Amino acid sequence: MKKTIAAVALILPLSLALFAQTKPKTAAVKPGVAASIARGKVVYTKNCLSCHAVDGGGIPHMNPPLVETSYVSGDKIRLIKVVLNGFPKNVPIDDETYSNSMAPHAELSDQDIADVLTYVRGSFGNKASAIKVAEVKAVRATNKK
Amino acid sequence: MKLKLKYLLPVGVIGIALFALKPEPGVNADADNAGLKLPAGFGALKVAETASQARHLVVTPQGDIYVKLARPKEGKGILVLHEGANGKATVTGGFSNYGGTGIYLKDGYLYASSNREVFRYKVDAQNKVINPDQPEKIITGLKMGNEHETKSIVLDNVGNIYVNIGAYSNSCQEVDRATGSMGIKGCPILDSAGGIWQFKANKLNQTYGDGVRYATGIRNVVGLDWNQQDNQLFVMQHGRDQLHDIFPNMFTEKQSAELPAECMYALKKGDNAGWPYMYYDQIRHKKIVAPEYGGDGKKEAVGNFIDPVAAYPGHLAPNGLLFYTGNMFPEKYKNGAFIAFHGSWNRAPEPQAGYFVVFQPFKNGKPYGDWEIFADNFSGSPAKTAAGAGRGPTHADHRPCGLAQGPDGSLYVTDDSKGTIYRIIYKK
Repeated sequence: MKKTIAAVALILPLSLALFAQTKPKTAAVKPGVAASIARGKVVYTKNCLSCHAVDGGGIPHMNPPLVETSYVSGDKIRLIKVVLNGFPKNVPIDDETYSNSMAPHAELSDQDIADVLTYVRGSFGNKASAIKVAEVKAVRATNKK
Repeated sequence: MKLKLKYLLPVGVIGIALFALKPEPGVNADADNAGLKLPAGFGALKVAETASQARHLVVTPQGDIYVKLARPKEGKGILVLHEGANGKATVTGGFSNYGGTGIYLKDGYLYASSNREVFRYKVDAQNKVINPDQPEKIITGLKMGNEHETKSIVLDNVGNIYVNIGAYSNSCQEVDRATGSMGIKGCPILDSAGGIWQFKANKLNQTYGDGVRYATGIRNVVGLDWNQQDNQLFVMQHGRDQLHDIFPNMFTEKQSAELPAECMYALKKGDNAGWPYMYYDQIRHKKIVAPEYGGDGKKEAVGNFIDPVAAYPGHLAPNGLLFYTGNMFPEKYKNGAFIAFHGSWNRAPEPQAGYFVVFQPFKNGKPYGDWEIFADNFSGSPAKTAAGAGRGPTHADHRPCGLAQGPDGSLYVTDDSKGTIYRIIYKK
């Protein structure tokens, strides 16, 4: 009996490992990230959707799109700062200008900001990495008002 | 020889008679009416597709079209087109190195605005610009913020030019568009923006000190026109955004999509339309205190604020206003107003709306009766209208912006999304 258990114990991790190797790559989102994306969608719907649109496409010349832009998929610190401080300036984003000011959203918790940015960076065709609560916390701690 | 003439003469007469029976040669509607939905008897053609951000336009009696572009295309901020006999136009040139919205032709000059200045160009007897590279700068140093930066222009009949200077803010909050942020007391924006300024049309290098704040408390205007019957300035205000986003406990998303009204104002010197302290609720027909200034969505505004002469649903974005004085359209259109509604973005998550040209009937120089949709389907389909302006083919294809009347009474409409120029004709 003990022998069989030991055998199973040996085989099981092996077969799991084999199974994991054949799993399609699209299912590579870690369970923690999937949950963050799900929470982030709720935060997005409440705080971001009215300007950036349900598909993240924004509004031409008014509110920038959240797809195919270095602001979203690039530097995490810059992106976290946009949420904390808003974006009240008319500077070109990828060679296009957008007239509406974005208000600061510093009232969102570190968790909410991590979730919503993880959602945005992993949705609408974006494939950027998740943002962790600790990263938001660190940026907020050194954020200049 | 004589014999031949005898025989030819009757043939010639018959030929002329046949020719007259045919429809007038020249301008015909496109088979699909340029994709537009129009009232019975009307047709439309695409005059040109310019792939530019075509804002306001002027059509001359000689068949030239001047189009002001929001951003210069190949270095030209004003496109010049010339119409062929079939109504289709080709780009024949362009000038001005600045983007902008306003353009107006009057008394031998073409006027055009950047987002900070107004220029004028002398035209010849054929309304062709004589010296496109050397305009006279008549107004300079106007405020331009991040938002509502465009300047629209119109002239009266006694040598004044009116310029919209939009408020560089949604509702004069301490932090623009921030949830719960209250309004700045004695909104400081109003000293140099949020209104209509009057300047002299023929004086160079005027700035604020030379002009008159003609009317204040007007958040932003893109569509405006001089009503010749009333001899009065009419403007279309873009109402404030985001009642729900900013005060979620006071307004539902649905209320925020419908309110406040897009207002038509008939202005007199010294008028105050009340922004940012109030907004107009077109459902209850009341002036309501803005939530940023102590309102609760119900409290009525007190103060010397004018009423709109007409009010339209929220966020439709009136970008063009034109009083129709032509003879081509049926009698009911004469002296009424056409309004180009650019289409909403600020109704999400509710469906977007607009993307059409409205007709507002007038009687004795005042709006009379209900407005009606005149030209629809610029977006391409009801689903694209509901999706609104956005990215990709599921969103609105075209966005109506500027309006102009042709010499024959046709109505011209620009689209600042793809640069299509439409011409609407009455076929009889």
